[in-house]
Amino acid sequence: MRHWKLGRPAAAAMATVAIFAAPAMAQAPIKVGVLHSLSGTMAISETTLKDTVLMMVDDINKKGGLLGRKVEAVVVDPASNWPLFAEKARELLSKEKVDVVFGCWTSVSRKSVLPVFEELNGLLFYPVQYEGEESSNNVFYTGAAPNQQAIPAVEYLMSKDGGDVKRWVLAGTDYVYPRTTNKILEAFLKSKGVASEDIMINYTPFGHSDWQTIVADIKKFASAGKKTAVVSTINGDANVPFYKELANAGIKASDIPVVAFSVGEEELAGIDTKNLVGHLAAWNYFESVKNPTNAAFIKQWHTFIKNDKRVTNDPMEATYIGFKMWTQAVLQAGTTNVDAVRQAMYGQKVKAPSGFEAVMNTNHHLSKPVMIGEIQANGQFEIVWQTKGPIKADAWSPYIPESAKLTADWTYPWVCGNCTEPKYKMMSN
Amino acid sequence: MRRVFAIAFVLLIAALPARAADRFEDLVGKLGADSFAEKIEAAQALGELGDGRAIAQLRALADGRLYVRQSDKQIVVVAPDATPAADLDKVRVNNRLRNVIATSLSSLMLFSPERADRLAGAKEAFSNDSAGITALLERALAGEKDPEVRDAMAFSLNAAKLRTGSDADRVAAVKELSGSVDPKVLNLLSELRNDPKIVPALAAAIDQAMAASDTKRRVIAIVESLFQGVSLGSVLLLAAIGLAITFGVMGVINMAHGEMIMVGAYATYVVQELFRAWLPASMFGWYLPAALPVAFVAAGALGVVIEQSVIRWLYSRPLETLLATWGVSLILQQLVRTIFGAPNKEVSNPGWMTGGVEVVGGFLATWNRIYIIVFCFLFLIAIAALLHRTAFGLHMRAVTQNRDMARAMGIPTGRVDALTFGLGSGIAGVAGVALSQIGNVSPNLGQIYIVDSFLVVVFGGVGNLWGTLVGALTLGIINKFLEPVAGAVLGKVVVLVAIILFIQKRPRGLFALKGRAAEA
Repeated sequence: MRHWKLGRPAAAAMATVAIFAAPAMAQAPIKVGVLHSLSGTMAISETTLKDTVLMMVDDINKKGGLLGRKVEAVVVDPASNWPLFAEKARELLSKEKVDVVFGCWTSVSRKSVLPVFEELNGLLFYPVQYEGEESSNNVFYTGAAPNQQAIPAVEYLMSKDGGDVKRWVLAGTDYVYPRTTNKILEAFLKSKGVASEDIMINYTPFGHSDWQTIVADIKKFASAGKKTAVVSTINGDANVPFYKELANAGIKASDIPVVAFSVGEEELAGIDTKNLVGHLAAWNYFESVKNPTNAAFIKQWHTFIKNDKRVTNDPMEATYIGFKMWTQAVLQAGTTNVDAVRQAMYGQKVKAPSGFEAVMNTNHHLSKPVMIGEIQANGQFEIVWQTKGPIKADAWSPYIPESAKLTADWTYPWVCGNCTEPKYKMMSN
Repeated sequence: MRRVFAIAFVLLIAALPARAADRFEDLVGKLGADSFAEKIEAAQALGELGDGRAIAQLRALADGRLYVRQSDKQIVVVAPDATPAADLDKVRVNNRLRNVIATSLSSLMLFSPERADRLAGAKEAFSNDSAGITALLERALAGEKDPEVRDAMAFSLNAAKLRTGSDADRVAAVKELSGSVDPKVLNLLSELRNDPKIVPALAAAIDQAMAASDTKRRVIAIVESLFQGVSLGSVLLLAAIGLAITFGVMGVINMAHGEMIMVGAYATYVVQELFRAWLPASMFGWYLPAALPVAFVAAGALGVVIEQSVIRWLYSRPLETLLATWGVSLILQQLVRTIFGAPNKEVSNPGWMTGGVEVVGGFLATWNRIYIIVFCFLFLIAIAALLHRTAFGLHMRAVTQNRDMARAMGIPTGRVDALTFGLGSGIAGVAGVALSQIGNVSPNLGQIYIVDSFLVVVFGGVGNLWGTLVGALTLGIINKFLEPVAGAVLGKVVVLVAIILFIQKRPRGLFALKGRAAEA
């Protein structure tokens, strides 16, 4: 286990002492747990998020800390091992006694730590787009739910500008996120009148490296006359060989566009994108967005990581939003007590690098804009479509019959993550 | 229709009336409009205008090289590798616009003076479903002399007639297309066949055409699966040859084998970056051959170091070797993560390895896979020659068969052990060069291949290079024939279960060593 202790300039410390008459230095620091894999398969994506949290902690300490106290990051490495995530979460909450945790990437890791956070009443900020169908009192989800990513992307492809797509390949890695997302998408497509024979669903194992058969199948499926698109929930390392095979098989974006939900700027850095121009990704943020908040965010990242070539991406932006919201809620509550902070979280607003104002809702999910970007030859995305304003996340998808009935609302009178009626009702006598 | 004729005529005499020229300028200007709708309209109109000059503009737009100057809103085409000036705004394209451009380009290119353009245009015209394409193709065909281009035009003309012609035209077109295995043709035919208003004569003609290509299609499907199987097999073989030496010949359970492949892949990345930084772009295609010796030496040297520092103390203790090499693999992964960072590194295919070749209707073999298959077999032959035709190979085999006797005969067994392990590792490094061309270059690269490598070596028979070859190809081909039926996930499970059952029956694999070597 490692600790990164982040100091702050003495001047700032003095200022803090002056502002909060209490002797700040005497107080214990506020502890922020970072639960991201630094080794193993997921290190490829999660290491960046660990650095983002450290950047935010560094930033807040430079500004004099929080509530007059220093903020200290406690970094642990769950090593892409799902049961280890639960152990490390327990260690952070009961041994390190952290006030909040930023962490997890895959849905399996989140599902693994969920019981620990609920048992010990911890607070987890989860920054990655996911399949929805969940709302815990102890988790704030700052990534996209399916209605903020998957559904708008499919709607775009159905539109004239998206190419009037009539036939769909849903390709994904075989685990909970792609399976649930594809279930929602399939129900959605059918509700829009797409016939079963126009939907092809394909799952591959984690780290799948031989895509010949699947790419050939996609090509055959697509030559049926109707315009075809691939909706990819392929995750992690398997993407590089998939895109290489696509490019070499001569599948151009204008013939069969591929829209991906797990491929961002960071993943593109490992691929030669010259032959992939025009393929798409749907996110709530792209590095290429032009606005002052984003420019400052990118600059802050480059300064912190000391490398101008490093890119920013959507989960980093979600981490940024989550951290800002948490600090605002702590300031408003005047304490880091989990129950108080949770109450203060509802309705928190943050000017996000996406250029919009992100808002935390009572279902523990954000309202964020949706953007569709096209891959460019320089490894960046160019936005071809975006929503007019932020979209509110649905914790439960209306397209799955069982969950359409459920409501997530953690305020009175519901106080519930998955109820069909409010818990507290007016007495009618 | 008459206008189209007129346009073609205008093009043929290669002189444009002033009005058309104005219209051309006007339309090109509109390509830089803000809304996609206006751009699409302009691109479409340019195609219909039939002015050959539009080819350059449309191509530039499709490639993202068309810019608008901020000051005077003039359209500027930027050369492929040039950096645009600061006051230029790129014209944005989306996939819908790209399709319109492709259609316009294909009709323009039919009349291009370049043969390659006309051929591409004729091929593109197959999927062009605009109403005017029949007339355009007929006109182009009349003026065309090159036989190959004529064939392509006639082929596309059949498709156009199928879409828009009279029933008699359609039956004739179906007869022309009969026996073709091109998936585009087959789909067009089946689409027509499923039309409820189809006339009986046409239905009969389509059924006949489909039946004519039926056997051919089945054969192609098998050949395609076979190629994919051999390709997967060659990848498995490349990953496993090094292990066939360290594990198969020396008996070291080397869990760090995958990391040697990774070292080779990162060596490729470093060589690529050096080429990018120091050598002219025209030399770039050579970085891959240059990476081969670098990867071999890097991984081989690392192998010798590992053998000298860890493995040689553990030769009689297989369990400890397993744990120690696993530890080494973790150390190497984290080391690479620290030096190069956790995200994937981009290793691009050189030009000669990009794209593919369409062998026969619908079956496309990609160049990188073809090269890897060829490379893999040449490499295997070279290793076999090294083992069986050189003094070092002889020493190596002697030491692994009977260490004490070899030492008594004066062979320096310690040095041979170190070099053998180095050779196995170096081979893994070379495999890393090849694998960087189809997969990703990340610290986890080795883990993807380690299980498959052991599978191949155990299945093929420990201690036998030919067993490894047959094992890899068998696994690859079985996998590829299972995948369409069972899916990638279930296919993998089935293969694993089959191997477990096979090992129960033949614990020493496909090609078990016999005689005294077997006890060694």
